[in-house]
Amino acid sequence: MSQQIFHDRESDLSYRPSWQVSRVAIYAVLLLWALICLFPIYWTITTSFKAAPDVMQGNMVPWVDFTPKWLGMRSLGFSPEAIFAESTVREEFLKRFWNSTVVAVSSSLLALILGSCAAYGLSRFDYRFGFMRNSDLSFFFLSQLILPPVVLALPFLVLYKELALLDTRIGLILLYTLTVLPIVIWIMRDQFGSIPTELEEAALVDGLSVWGAFLTIIVPIALPGMVAAFILSLVLTWNEYFFAALLTSTNAKTLPVMVASQTGSQGISWWSMAALSSAAILPLIVIGIFLERFIIKGMAAGAVK
Amino acid sequence: MIRTEGDQLHVVTADNISDRRRLFGKSLIWGSAALLVLIIALQIADQSGRVALGFETWRPTLYAYVLWAGCVCWGQVILHGEHGKRSLFILPAALFVISMVVFPLIFALGIAFSNWNLSSPDGRQFNGLDNVRQMWGDPFYWNALRNMVWYVLAIVVEYAIAFGLALLLNSQIRARKFFRVAFLLPLMLSPVAVSWMIGKSMLEIRFGPIARLARELGWSSPSFFGSPEMARAMIMIMDAWTFIPFMMIMILAGLQAIPRELREAAEVDGAPAWRRFWEITFPLMLPVSVTAILIRIIFKLKLADVIINVTSGGPGGATDSVTSFIFREYRDRSNVGYGTLLAIVYLVLIVIAMTALMKIADRWMKPRY
Repeated sequence: MSQQIFHDRESDLSYRPSWQVSRVAIYAVLLLWALICLFPIYWTITTSFKAAPDVMQGNMVPWVDFTPKWLGMRSLGFSPEAIFAESTVREEFLKRFWNSTVVAVSSSLLALILGSCAAYGLSRFDYRFGFMRNSDLSFFFLSQLILPPVVLALPFLVLYKELALLDTRIGLILLYTLTVLPIVIWIMRDQFGSIPTELEEAALVDGLSVWGAFLTIIVPIALPGMVAAFILSLVLTWNEYFFAALLTSTNAKTLPVMVASQTGSQGISWWSMAALSSAAILPLIVIGIFLERFIIKGMAAGAVK
Repeated sequence: MIRTEGDQLHVVTADNISDRRRLFGKSLIWGSAALLVLIIALQIADQSGRVALGFETWRPTLYAYVLWAGCVCWGQVILHGEHGKRSLFILPAALFVISMVVFPLIFALGIAFSNWNLSSPDGRQFNGLDNVRQMWGDPFYWNALRNMVWYVLAIVVEYAIAFGLALLLNSQIRARKFFRVAFLLPLMLSPVAVSWMIGKSMLEIRFGPIARLARELGWSSPSFFGSPEMARAMIMIMDAWTFIPFMMIMILAGLQAIPRELREAAEVDGAPAWRRFWEITFPLMLPVSVTAILIRIIFKLKLADVIINVTSGGPGGATDSVTSFIFREYRDRSNVGYGTLLAIVYLVLIVIAMTALMKIADRWMKPRY
């Protein structure tokens, strides 16, 4: 009964070692690249707890090479002894952080609303605005992606000055909405295209209006795609530096501008820069770790047709 | 995607639009337009000093414009009923983009041919083709354009690395989720923070860990931003570090969409891995690759943050991208006119280059299908 009928041949058996070698090679490359990706983040976060001698000696591992100190946090006013005291640095930092949050969230939301509606319209109806047909309209929206920000920056500087929108959050929000709108439309057009029209037809027969069907039937189905588009816009707007550097000075300055304005001087202490940089990247690292599948979904949307 | 003529979603509407309603809709649109024109005229008159109305800013025009845009949207519904509600999907976005792109671009054309120093009280002076002449003789601008070509060419290497990583992630591995998150993280980081984290601290010559490593490896006095080639390579590496995940994820999505049967068939036929890749995976990945590379080029053409913050163009303009060059040009002289002309020339070059690229990509991919 238990006699073996099929035997591995010599050539099959000799195949194993090379398979194992390739396994080891694959993991080695993966680990190496993971190190390349993660080390700068690790370095920045640990440096914010290092004192000057630790930085100079190149100590890497906390508690082994050096004892962590609250230097970086203190420079931002967040160390245990400073957290309850008045701190101008902390207020400054929180103000920038809040600016960044408001600008990034509201521009992403605005882009999501405008973009989803436009994408839905383009995927369901035939428009004719003069010579513009649907494909022309799509191209018109997507072609905005090519526009480099530098072309708009200086005209906007002058226009905003005239409109008293310079150094206001509204001005930045409008401009950021413009920059992420093509991406939102691109992702959402794909999402809506994959939803069968029979769904809305049924809803229309049941007496819903076009907008009613869109809001109550389609939006809930397309929600994962919308989250993906929202997060991608959030990443882009949170990190935006160029427009913010040109168009804001005191009131509406965002976090990247604050980080950049401190890099210039050579005398700046490493721990405080490290703390500031960590604070600027941490929210997105958290988003990246927990909402990774949405980001990947969003970016994959355009790639595979 | 194959599109048939006509709406995907058919709506039968029995809209009875009375003459009074039509009249109301038309008067709404034209009335608000007239108000807009009136306010613009008043502001121009005020600006030129003919009438003293005491306008501080152009805000009233902005409000009138917003009102007009709202009335146009509302008017669509009044005039066309159910059909008007359909155009309501696309109208807000279209109006928004037009007002945020088309007007400023027209305005930019006006600025580009003038000498306008924002800090001087003279205001704007039309100076014809002076800016063009200045641009023609500006070695730094041409240098920046040449640098852009180098930066764009670096995408080939980025693509190769991204493809390799995507293949690894797509193979049978453990802890795939960990690697995927780890590989994705650089994309989430702000370029400004990256330029401090890597450019200013890790590449710091005395204490930076990379400089230390280089010394361990036998490079006695590492300098990363000393020579032009080295500095440019460093900028390329930092930019690649943040954007390789982007291409990697698009390629990974493409790889996962390849039907398993194709690869299995090739495996059964006994094709070695190398040939399986070149004759099956790679050709099938062409459309995705072209999309990924085109989008990557678009993002690359905007490259500025890292350069502004790490090298500010130096040494001697060797790392300048067009964007960072114009940024510095404005920061140093606060002359909007010249910078705008440079930006517009850049835009024209980009549009020509991208159109040509897309045509080539199209022609190159067609015969295969």
